[in-house]
Amino acid sequence: MTLLALLGVFSSAIFSGTSLLYTTLGEIVDQRSGVVNLGLEGVMLVSASAGFAVTALTGQAYLGVLVSMFAGALMNMILGFLVVTRKGNQLASGLALMFFGFGLSAWIGSSFVGGKITGLPRFTLPGLSSLPVLYSSLFQFDLLIYLSIPAAFFVWWLLFRTKWGLGLRAVGENPSTAFASGRNPGRVRYQALFVGGLLVGIGAAHLSIAYTMNWTEYMTAGRGFIALALVIFAKWNPIRAIVGALLFSGAVAFQLMMQSSGIQISPFLLDTLPYILTLVVLMIWGGSRRYAAPGSLGRVYQGTE
Amino acid sequence: MSQSTETRRESDSILRKALNDLVRYGLVALVAFFLFGLILLISGKDPIQAYGDIFSSTLGSVYGLSEVIVAMTPLLLTALAVALPSRIGLINVGGEGQLYMGACAATWGALTFSELPGWILLPILVLLGMIGGGIWAFIPGYLRAKGLVNETISTLLLNAVAPMIVSFFVFGFWHSPMDTNKTPIFASSARLPKLFETRIDISLLIAILLLVLFWYAMKYTRWGLEMRAIGGNPQAAMRNGIPLKTYIIVVMCIAGGIAGIAGMAQVTGFYGVLLANFSRGIGYMGFLISWLAGGSPVGILITSFVVAVIITGGNLLQLTRDIPYSVINILLAFTLFVVLARPSFFRKRNET
Repeated sequence: MTLLALLGVFSSAIFSGTSLLYTTLGEIVDQRSGVVNLGLEGVMLVSASAGFAVTALTGQAYLGVLVSMFAGALMNMILGFLVVTRKGNQLASGLALMFFGFGLSAWIGSSFVGGKITGLPRFTLPGLSSLPVLYSSLFQFDLLIYLSIPAAFFVWWLLFRTKWGLGLRAVGENPSTAFASGRNPGRVRYQALFVGGLLVGIGAAHLSIAYTMNWTEYMTAGRGFIALALVIFAKWNPIRAIVGALLFSGAVAFQLMMQSSGIQISPFLLDTLPYILTLVVLMIWGGSRRYAAPGSLGRVYQGTE
Repeated sequence: MSQSTETRRESDSILRKALNDLVRYGLVALVAFFLFGLILLISGKDPIQAYGDIFSSTLGSVYGLSEVIVAMTPLLLTALAVALPSRIGLINVGGEGQLYMGACAATWGALTFSELPGWILLPILVLLGMIGGGIWAFIPGYLRAKGLVNETISTLLLNAVAPMIVSFFVFGFWHSPMDTNKTPIFASSARLPKLFETRIDISLLIAILLLVLFWYAMKYTRWGLEMRAIGGNPQAAMRNGIPLKTYIIVVMCIAGGIAGIAGMAQVTGFYGVLLANFSRGIGYMGFLISWLAGGSPVGILITSFVVAVIITGGNLLQLTRDIPYSVINILLAFTLFVVLARPSFFRKRNET
């Protein structure tokens, strides 16, 4: 296998893994505040379809990304209303949100099936443009890809090095204690869901506007659930999420490499890898305290009255 | 004298409760239908006409009603697969995966033993469906009993794995010469018999039988009593000699088996072939139904029926109103949102 083919494989793996990293980061922010968003798949679908629709109508890919982000945040606000304000069950609310996303995205996207857009512009980093064209064409990424790893560090900084992040994690560990120390758990969870929704929106936008550049119903095909698995795999740590996303991209790359060298490995079995690895990792951690889920994850904060 | 007033008062309160429930659910439906009506209006369709169509096509004819029951059957089973473990405090989100594995195992049987006559083959297929789903639920059950992995997380992870295993077999080995994404049509001996010349098959009877069994077992057997004890306080139950770990594993396996029957019935009854990715959320819908119904058998029956009416209506919208089928999920979700948000004007007094 030539170097060129190898680089091509990695280039396409990066394209397919980026949406996953952003989505995982978004879910980490949600879950760090104690809210499980099981409806991630639905949030992604609505964001992806809204972003695509706006891009197709206006021709402005960056505007599409922006709309996609806000669509994600709005979807998460619905979840916030159900689980924070109305104190609904988190798992059931998340699943309801997923079905809502199935329906809403099909509705938004119905007139855009088969539509063409000019996706996010791709460009080469300045230092690499001196390479031969054949090679440099493989390093043409869009802005969201270049920003993905800095974004993970940014989220880490936000969660672990700011006062806001401290409050968010405090609420996630124990909302009653956080309340006693003068924080408003409900407001913090709303904020976390909003920020998380923006991040999921970026991921979804990358999927529909930058990577596939089309809209088909149920185009996420389980990415929301992979992200849910990666959150656990990453132990709710944004920087470890990079490893998780790379792992997924690696599996995709490996699969493409095998295909191009004529070895038949079922892509379906390879696709199970992220899930099985996560399960194995969970088993190895076992019941030990290294298994660092936020303390109040999934529980409804009933308030202090 | 005093006795008669008491009975009268009792029947009064039952009547009032029934009336209350009717008003509650009526309001839920009204709000949900209003919101979805707005969506229809924005798409330039006439909501009143669309709703009229949905009702006349589902509840207005024998055929429509039979289609609703066809859609309801797998939901009964997947909801039961959630309700049973919930009685001992287990959260089984894995109905979707267990359904796929049941379908997978049953398909293997249907393709391998297609020579056998139906009366031998069908029981084998039901058993295989149960084994497939049961194995898929055994893993989370075992991991939970060992205290290794929380069953909510492990069932969710396994949900994503199961459809890929099905795809692996379908695309790799079982596909028919014509299509790559489905098996050949099963032999007629491997098809579940239909009832009354409709598309309803006998899995409906299995589902209702299981619901009755569930109700009976919970109410009148020693197992039901012990499960209620575990659900109330697992530590105390264990100290009183109830084998907690065995219960966790066995109950999960039975639940998986029930979801497996749903998958088996989908491929051998409804479709007659195994299609890759045939279920988009029947298992998850079962979770929601069981949750809405509070895990009660009668509640599951009623809620499944309502959900089935909405789903069946979606097919019609696609045919006559030119709206993608999935859009009906919005109506379903609005209904769920309204129930989840529990507006105070119809919240039960003894709740929260």
